[in-house]
Amino acid sequence: MTEQRPALRLEGIVKTFPGVRALDDVSFAVMPGEVHALMGENGAGKSTLMKVLGGIHQPDEGRIIVEEVPTVMTSPLQAKSKGIVFIHQELSLAEELTVAENIYLGELPRRSFGRVDWATLYAQTDAILAKLKVSFNAKTIVGDLSIANQQMVEIARALTVDAKAVIFDEPTASLTDAEKVVLFDVISDLQSQGVGIIYISHRMEEIFKITDRISVLRDGSYRGTLVTCDTNEEEVTQLMIGRALDLSRNESHHALGDVALEVRGLSCGKLYKDVSFSVRRGEVLGFYGLVGAGRTEIVETLFGLRDPDAGAILLDGQEVRVSSPADAISKGISLVPEDRKGQGLVLGMNCRDNMTLPQIGDLSSGPFVSPNAETAIFDKYKEKLDIRTPGWKQTVGNLSGGNQQKIVIGKWLSMHPKVLIVDEPTRGIDVGSKSEIHNLIRELAAQGYAVIVVSSEMPEVLHVSDRIVAMFAGRVMRMFTSDEVTEESLIQAISGITSTDKVA
Amino acid sequence: MASMSKADIGRILARQGILIAFAVFIIGFTLVNERFLSPDNVMGVVRSSAILGVMALGVTFVVISGNLDLSVGSMMSFSTIVVLDLHDKIGPALAIPAMFAMTLCLGAFIGFLVGYLKLNSLIVTLGMLSAIHGLTLTYSGGQNMDIVDKEGTWFSVFGQGSALGIPVPILIFVALAALLGIILAKTPFGRKVYAVGGNGTAATFSGIKRGRIVFLCYVMSAFCVAVAGLIQASRSMGSQNTVGQGLELDVLAAVILGGASLLGGSGTIFKTVIGVLILGFIQNGLLLVGLQFYVQFVVTWVIIILAVWLDIAAKRGKLWSNIA
Repeated sequence: MTEQRPALRLEGIVKTFPGVRALDDVSFAVMPGEVHALMGENGAGKSTLMKVLGGIHQPDEGRIIVEEVPTVMTSPLQAKSKGIVFIHQELSLAEELTVAENIYLGELPRRSFGRVDWATLYAQTDAILAKLKVSFNAKTIVGDLSIANQQMVEIARALTVDAKAVIFDEPTASLTDAEKVVLFDVISDLQSQGVGIIYISHRMEEIFKITDRISVLRDGSYRGTLVTCDTNEEEVTQLMIGRALDLSRNESHHALGDVALEVRGLSCGKLYKDVSFSVRRGEVLGFYGLVGAGRTEIVETLFGLRDPDAGAILLDGQEVRVSSPADAISKGISLVPEDRKGQGLVLGMNCRDNMTLPQIGDLSSGPFVSPNAETAIFDKYKEKLDIRTPGWKQTVGNLSGGNQQKIVIGKWLSMHPKVLIVDEPTRGIDVGSKSEIHNLIRELAAQGYAVIVVSSEMPEVLHVSDRIVAMFAGRVMRMFTSDEVTEESLIQAISGITSTDKVA
Repeated sequence: MASMSKADIGRILARQGILIAFAVFIIGFTLVNERFLSPDNVMGVVRSSAILGVMALGVTFVVISGNLDLSVGSMMSFSTIVVLDLHDKIGPALAIPAMFAMTLCLGAFIGFLVGYLKLNSLIVTLGMLSAIHGLTLTYSGGQNMDIVDKEGTWFSVFGQGSALGIPVPILIFVALAALLGIILAKTPFGRKVYAVGGNGTAATFSGIKRGRIVFLCYVMSAFCVAVAGLIQASRSMGSQNTVGQGLELDVLAAVILGGASLLGGSGTIFKTVIGVLILGFIQNGLLLVGLQFYVQFVVTWVIIILAVWLDIAAKRGKLWSNIA
């Protein structure tokens, strides 16, 4: 392999955003015909690196070199023309159009007067599909295909150019085991055609099955490359997490109260199955798992947005049915949602009105809203949560992410919920505000709230939780207490590895 | 001020464009015809705007909740015809509540479709525009309606009466504007209307019953239409069954001119009243300078386009943009 020139090489890539060094001197190379895994925790810099590679972000320093030619990437389309193709986790296909139209979208072959040359289009497409050995043809409507086959369409798109490197971003996230086998076959075909593959995934099993080498990112910097057949899961895991954690483990132990919320055998279609847990007053229960593990869906069920097929939800020992968010709120279940701007706030409204929105009906004197009662609530929680805003009249959309999140938290605290659920408490929030939010969550538990924190960031879960529920593919894999949990065991649990004895 | 950049001018135009355009119109009209700003003419404009204004108050709720109501014109024809017909059959004291009940049912039906079934409001109300027109024609058998004994009834008070020298339609408009203005600005319901229009998902996540709020907005709009129909019937004491035709566009123009965003979440009753007056004065001015009545239809359309453009321009801070 040493004599070959790399298909794609990154050299000393640096990218900083205000306040964050997202990528710090990252270098690695993919050889032709190699499957190269890129691993790292959420937030380690994988996505940023891919955005730099796709020309969505320009690097502050460093070079991208395609077959020994330094190249400036300006857009994903331009990157594709240079032979660098992305297969995204989230598919970007026009579902109403045919496979052929999707594959050649924007570059349909033409005849005179701008008419589409359908014959050529279908012929070219079928030639590509033949290489992939798929069961559908050029004229199939994409919306009729399974997710796995739609992914094949994305891959077929990649093959319309002379691809030098193909980047797969969590490609198996929504595939069944049988579909995975087909995908791996395609990857090995590409490999044999001399294409370099970058394979981004959290799933150890897959990584060890199909990759040749593994490069690890941690906190935005490159931590080394391992040859897959000479290493093991433990070594990779350590490389991924072995930093000096700036977030300590949760070690506070205050007295816990009664069980506030209990869930027994909750199931919902394919999303999650037989989930049971309970959370006490004064306790923070963390939910950790990969995207698609079912965490958010469980939260949505508790908040009345989704009906479960089976199982029971008990509040203070009483079985309840939660039919809508309004119902959940009236029963004392509150949710700080994952998508702050889309679900948490009315961005065009001012700070105070956002905070008092769920209880506006109770803040009236006679038929009218009492502005004094509203402002009193806002002032109290502005003080309590240290919300930095010039005043309550400030439009929420103008606040920083951290302060916006505090408004959402304040919105629920002011109603004294029985259970406070926080989904991705610090998504899109700068580092400084992050630890503030974390401390706030700990404080709330100390004050006797039952808190559920859902997060895809391990340090966060470790920092705030008293107990951690590890989820994989819709199931609870394991329940950890903060004393017994280790980063290794947690990673293994959410990667679907059940026994810890296997790795030694 | 010495060096105001092109961008600054764009931003000011975008934000204050409608008021600037209005000022230019007023000055222009006054120069051409000095009667334009005379007390008589001003009072006349306000009085003739009252019916449109009353309807615009209700539509303001619908627009702030993030929806449209294109059915108000034909619904107003319906109310007018119904109350005129019933007047001679069961007397005004029963005809009025009966007409209100029927109109509110129509509003509730639309509110059910848009609020609870979550159908697109443009499609629903455009369809209802046509359906209610058909309903009116069926009800009236295609005939115009007239009150037979025009002298022997107190029914004319709503459209032709006056108190303290002020015409009753203006009093009704002002009173209803005050009432609805307070409901929108001061009550929990009003706040929920803004939340639903500003971000319906976040409103749901805050426990607001979005469907019910939208439903109530349409009922409110229908109530205003019934009031407008009452004034119309009382003023003319007889009517064609197309009396409200095309008014939905004027109403929408007034609401948008007032600054309510078609995207929902913003606007006030006070601003809508301003929008109604702007539209009324412009349409009156066009007549006074001697333009044909029909020109109004073109001008109203131009005003709507201008207002929508400026609304979007104000959001992105400039008049022109390559990206949406």
